[in-house]
Amino acid sequence: MTPDATATDVAPTGQAAMPATDTPSVPTGAGVELRSLSRQFGATLALDRFSLTIAPGELVALLGPSGCGKTTALRVLAGFERPDQGQVLVGGRDVTRLPAQKRDMGMVFQSYSLFPNMDARANVGFGLRMRRWSGAKRKARADELLELVGLAEHRTKYPHQLSGGQQQRVALARALAIEPQVLLLDEPLSALDAKVRAELREQIRAIQQRLLITTVFVTHDQEEALSMADRVCVMRAGRIEQVDVPAALYARPTTAFVAQFVGVSSRIEASFDAGQPVILGQRCTARPGSASRETSARLDALLRPEDLTVTPDHDGEATVVHSSFLGGTTRLDVLLGATVLKIDVRSDVAARLSPSTRVRVGLHNDEVLLVEHLEPEGR
Amino acid sequence: MAQVDTASIDAEYLLAFDRGAPEASMVAKQRRRFSIPWFRWLVLLLAALFFIIPLVAGVIFSLQNDAGQFSLDSIRAINQQIGFSDAFRLSLQLALITVVISMALVVPTAVYVHLKVPKLLAAVEFTTLLPIVFPPIVLILGVLHVTPPFLKDHAWFLALFYVVLAMPFAYRAVESGLQAMDLQVLVEASRSLGGRWGSTLLRVILPNLTTSLISSVVLVTALVFSEYTMSSLAGWITLPVWTEQFAQANGHIVTAVAMLTLLGVWVVLSLIVLVDLSRARLQQRKRSSTS
Repeated sequence: MTPDATATDVAPTGQAAMPATDTPSVPTGAGVELRSLSRQFGATLALDRFSLTIAPGELVALLGPSGCGKTTALRVLAGFERPDQGQVLVGGRDVTRLPAQKRDMGMVFQSYSLFPNMDARANVGFGLRMRRWSGAKRKARADELLELVGLAEHRTKYPHQLSGGQQQRVALARALAIEPQVLLLDEPLSALDAKVRAELREQIRAIQQRLLITTVFVTHDQEEALSMADRVCVMRAGRIEQVDVPAALYARPTTAFVAQFVGVSSRIEASFDAGQPVILGQRCTARPGSASRETSARLDALLRPEDLTVTPDHDGEATVVHSSFLGGTTRLDVLLGATVLKIDVRSDVAARLSPSTRVRVGLHNDEVLLVEHLEPEGR
Repeated sequence: MAQVDTASIDAEYLLAFDRGAPEASMVAKQRRRFSIPWFRWLVLLLAALFFIIPLVAGVIFSLQNDAGQFSLDSIRAINQQIGFSDAFRLSLQLALITVVISMALVVPTAVYVHLKVPKLLAAVEFTTLLPIVFPPIVLILGVLHVTPPFLKDHAWFLALFYVVLAMPFAYRAVESGLQAMDLQVLVEASRSLGGRWGSTLLRVILPNLTTSLISSVVLVTALVFSEYTMSSLAGWITLPVWTEQFAQANGHIVTAVAMLTLLGVWVVLSLIVLVDLSRARLQQRKRSSTS
């Protein structure tokens, strides 16, 4: 159950920028290297020679569908799972065999993980207590961290008295209190409602950038990954599909899976003229990572909604079949032959493109990703 | 102070109810929930009488002398009866040992099975229920036959049997507490913050198991104070054995002992609940004063 959002569910804008702790000039986190990790559960290979390097102070999102191995990768890094093969290096030190409690990593979990028998301050101070900090120092540090996440006035409240958003913010403060080498976030926003999720996302990112702490963030929500991460690692079946900065991942996906998992794509079958792909009558170039005609005789181009243009034309081959208003833009479903193309247009333009309007479809971008052909549904 | 017009509130409430306002219908639902049909009251009454009548009869009998008149002589005489103090002390000692061993055995086992081998939960639960299936007389006679005499001379020996006998109650109480908490996440949260297994158990798991542990301790204690077969066959005069032996001599005194034992358990239970409540109130006061 997600408790209702309250006025203090999310810190006021700019709260995270309040100077509660000294702003570091250099990253406080350590670099992480995951070397060829494999982990099998029964017949399922959760991680298959998974390798990833994360720079100090970087926020990397592990993105993928359920069962792709992203949580297993995080748990191996945290020390809750032992890899069958491979190494985990933190700050250049091999920690593969080190138990979780000695790894110096703060973690925020998907479900509410605050200790029910402790108030917010005691929860935040728990890690410091384990490090034998004195009561006064612990209290001061906990208060400082609670102020950082905008919950100073809730320090004496118990978890059951806090909303879901507040609990996750206390959990974040608790993870940060120990000044971890790496901060691990395991889908911490998935149990929250949309508004709180969006605001807390910004707050986490602001705090991470201020403290420059190395962070690994697991999510299945592409919007979350693209908006928060320095780099996004898209995973599938225990392996990495692509690791890149969000803009590049969206604009230049290197596999069909990434193109379809991240953002929205439409498929159009490519024809060829002198070995060069022709899409919608326009000569194009194949993007790196594209499938080759040697492996597949028929190829499709994957196109983003903003890569396509649409113009009203009585003689046009395509027809607008549906439109979805998204605010500044409107997404049109345009039927071309047996294929439905998703095309984004400005909403004032879309007002003139009601369903049944005949249109002509063109391309904005002449560099396209070619993938193996797939028959359109319903053909 | 502003005057509150209760008549207008009632009218508004009725209007809201007529309109089918959500709040009003919720109140109506709650009222319906608390309006118990007469036959349920009857079942409740019969069940209450079933438990209360023997207790009342026992109290009345213990407060009578041989002539059938009201008298506190039976209660006054308890402490002077030969063997009572020793039997009571032995039962108390056995209860303490049994509780300590049971908790030391059950809590880490239940936690370990939940965290590491959850597939074995059903098997472990079945195993802990076995002492109910086997009659205590079979257990004690078999073990007594092979036990060296010097081992039989210590109360610890009997306590070990009680640990086995109390296992179903001790385990189930702890198990229900563990199921009510998100154990895996709490343990992982503690470990990621640097908590070792010992501190995780003491500072995170046990404080959230308080109610279950209290239930477990009370059940184990009650069992030790009422077990007769094993102690009599092993030759120990515990409170139930003494009660049985002394019953031949004076029924009024024995009934008074049974009633006082029951009262003692009730008082201890009430104290535990009161301490728990006052602790919660103290925390509440602390919260309101600091916030």
